[in-house]
Amino acid sequence: MLTINKTIENGKAVVNPQGRLDTTTAPELESALKEIIPGTSELVLDLEGLEYISSAGLRVLLSAQKAMNKQGSMKLCHVNDTITEIFDVTGFSDILTIE
Amino acid sequence: MSSDIQPAPGSPADEITVEANGDNLHAVIDFIDAHLEASGCPPKTRMHMDLAAEEIFVNIANYAYAPDKGNATVRAEVSGDPVTVTITFIDSGVPFDPLKKADPDTTLSADERAIGGLGVFLTKKLMDDVSYEYRDGQNILSIKKAFEVESR
Repeated sequence: MLTINKTIENGKAVVNPQGRLDTTTAPELESALKEIIPGTSELVLDLEGLEYISSAGLRVLLSAQKAMNKQGSMKLCHVNDTITEIFDVTGFSDILTIE
Repeated sequence: MSSDIQPAPGSPADEITVEANGDNLHAVIDFIDAHLEASGCPPKTRMHMDLAAEEIFVNIANYAYAPDKGNATVRAEVSGDPVTVTITFIDSGVPFDPLKKADPDTTLSADERAIGGLGVFLTKKLMDDVSYEYRDGQNILSIKKAFEVESR
């Protein structure tokens, strides 16, 4: 189960996916981001409440980072220890901006 | 079974067989989680097992029988000292050793990195041991991880 909350204001989008970001739910975040990114210069992914991420979720984050590199900035906040470990192991800690 | 740790009464069976498709991912994860919870496995180890299990099951679902359908059996066992969980995935699809896949370069920049290829890599990194064999027409892949039993 994944719930996605978002607020968009003046080119800044804050997206908060809560629950499990896995093979089943990653397409939901992917399509939400695809909709948001074209008009966004600042993307914040608030990972508060994200309990689980698998490689399917990492793929979505990397695509978003690639897209935002061309048109603005992307950062992640409220990343818990378990998810930080997954970012560390995969080298994502170095390519994502984590607050 | 000669293990020290026996599943709690009423805990799920040691093995399930499902059709290998993405819709059954949650049934597989629930089966593994129920088994681990009954064994006093801490949440972090459980998440790592879920993650590895997801990568392996999804691989089987996507590739083992395509374009036909087939089953996958998932076996869970917790035993030994230190307490170790072993999850074994068995399918009768095309022979495929996912461990032969080259690891991604995790030092590249976001723009240089390819999308994907992280599932098997994560599995290898998070597990204590991952082994593959092809025997009697079956792919048999096992993941293992030791953990400290949580006091309840």
